[in-house]
Amino acid sequence: MFVLIGILIIIAGFLLRFNPLLVIMASALATGLAAGLDIAAIIAAFGKAFNDTRYVSIIWIVLPVIGLLEAYGLQQHARSLIDRMKGATLGRLLTGYLLLRQAMAAVGLTSVAGHAQTVRPLVAPMAEAAAEARNDALSDAQREEVKAFAAATDNVGLFFGEDIFLAIGSILLMKGVLDGYGYQIEPLHFSLWAIPTAVAAFLIHGFRLRRLERRMAQTPAGAETGA
Amino acid sequence: MITLEFVYILAGLTFAIFALLGLYDRTSPKRFGNAAFWGLLAVSMIVGDYLGDFGNGLLVLALVAIAGTGQIGRAPGGDVPADVQAERAARHGPFLLVVALIIPAVALAGTFLFKWVPGLADPKQATLISLAIGVLIALAVAMARLRPAPLLPLQQGRRLLDAVGWAAILPQMLASLGAVFALAGVGEVVGGLIGTAIPEGSLFGATLAFGLGMALFTMVMGNAFAAFPVMLAAVGMPLLIEQYGGNPAVIAAIGMLAGFCGTLMTPMAANFNLVPAALLELKNPYGVIRAQVGTALPLLAVNILFIWLFAF
Repeated sequence: MFVLIGILIIIAGFLLRFNPLLVIMASALATGLAAGLDIAAIIAAFGKAFNDTRYVSIIWIVLPVIGLLEAYGLQQHARSLIDRMKGATLGRLLTGYLLLRQAMAAVGLTSVAGHAQTVRPLVAPMAEAAAEARNDALSDAQREEVKAFAAATDNVGLFFGEDIFLAIGSILLMKGVLDGYGYQIEPLHFSLWAIPTAVAAFLIHGFRLRRLERRMAQTPAGAETGA
Repeated sequence: MITLEFVYILAGLTFAIFALLGLYDRTSPKRFGNAAFWGLLAVSMIVGDYLGDFGNGLLVLALVAIAGTGQIGRAPGGDVPADVQAERAARHGPFLLVVALIIPAVALAGTFLFKWVPGLADPKQATLISLAIGVLIALAVAMARLRPAPLLPLQQGRRLLDAVGWAAILPQMLASLGAVFALAGVGEVVGGLIGTAIPEGSLFGATLAFGLGMALFTMVMGNAFAAFPVMLAAVGMPLLIEQYGGNPAVIAAIGMLAGFCGTLMTPMAANFNLVPAALLELKNPYGVIRAQVGTALPLLAVNILFIWLFAF
């Protein structure tokens, strides 16, 4: 039971808005000590995992390219493209991106798009421009919400597309775990059963994007408008 | 053959240059902290495999000490003025878009190429390697045409990364915490607790507990992969599959997706939820999660319903 102290530390730390890196370290130490490990073993276990998961942080190598393109006005250009396309509403734009992201993830192309590669330089500024085209008094809070939805749409598309692909990590994990219990299941079966949820995710999120578009077309009374 | 090692070295060199540029940025009150933080990350990328587990652990402690005491941050200023950007966009716009699309296009092409033509690059890491090659090609093309000051891409990249700050290593930190949790047996304890909370003899109750448990435990761990073996052992296998004779493929596949609904709602899944908030410079670090809850909750209900309908 005592090993659950790490979970309590994480929840309390995030709620009280301490620096998450400190909270994580404290949680790891407390959990390890509660499980009877010594400090050196905990530090070594943490260090090994940190080194094994370095690939998570290599995405930052795209930043010099993004920084250069943004200095030359990529975000402005993305916005002006939307301004010229009269039919490109906020809802249609993000729903189109949702479908594209799901389709690409479903054929295994998960790292092709993402928050650093596509959302910040292209999708978010385009979504902002599409919202502005319908509402010239977009408030700062609305602007935040549009950008947050651009990122959210990327996540929903990725999560509920990738499990349709046969060779993705989660499918291999499911196969491995069920093999351990003596159930031999072809990866294709897991893939096929991911399709109903993928359709449901598209419908639910697509519906919310339509409502977002309507909400963003009007500035709430009393809201401060952005520049 | 190109392996992930090549990408690690490229990333390490990028972080090393960010550290040096940070050190020489005399306008920044946090120049030493910034330089130490990104410098240590460069060391981790380039020679992490030779430091040993304990050595890597000490490196992490140093990173946490620097960032946790507020020694890193972005210096104000240095933005390209909006009117200059607009004027450049009018001149170079379509070209900029082409360069931006080079990265995903090369990642796409390389993924297929490296799988079909063996021996060029490690096929298991094809997309990450292709992504890195795409970055190099995009950079070369942009430099050749735009002819900016040679250090401009790295200076601007450093400013973007400084804006993300410590959140840049949060995903890696949380993945490592998960490893310590696994070592300490946190999963078995949580699974046992959920297992005892299920009403006797109720198929729907067991399905509900499985789906909710996947989502909740994923929220705690930040990762559905950690939740899956635990929930399958606690509820999925003994009750849904063996007692009620459910279809294991349905229970596993849709159960995992119920876990993904949890991923949309937790700050523990930092790379999906907190990092983009930092990258988009949102005022509310939980803004992306707020936008996702309205999709995640109904979708979780749909997943639980799907298991109940399709598995039995």
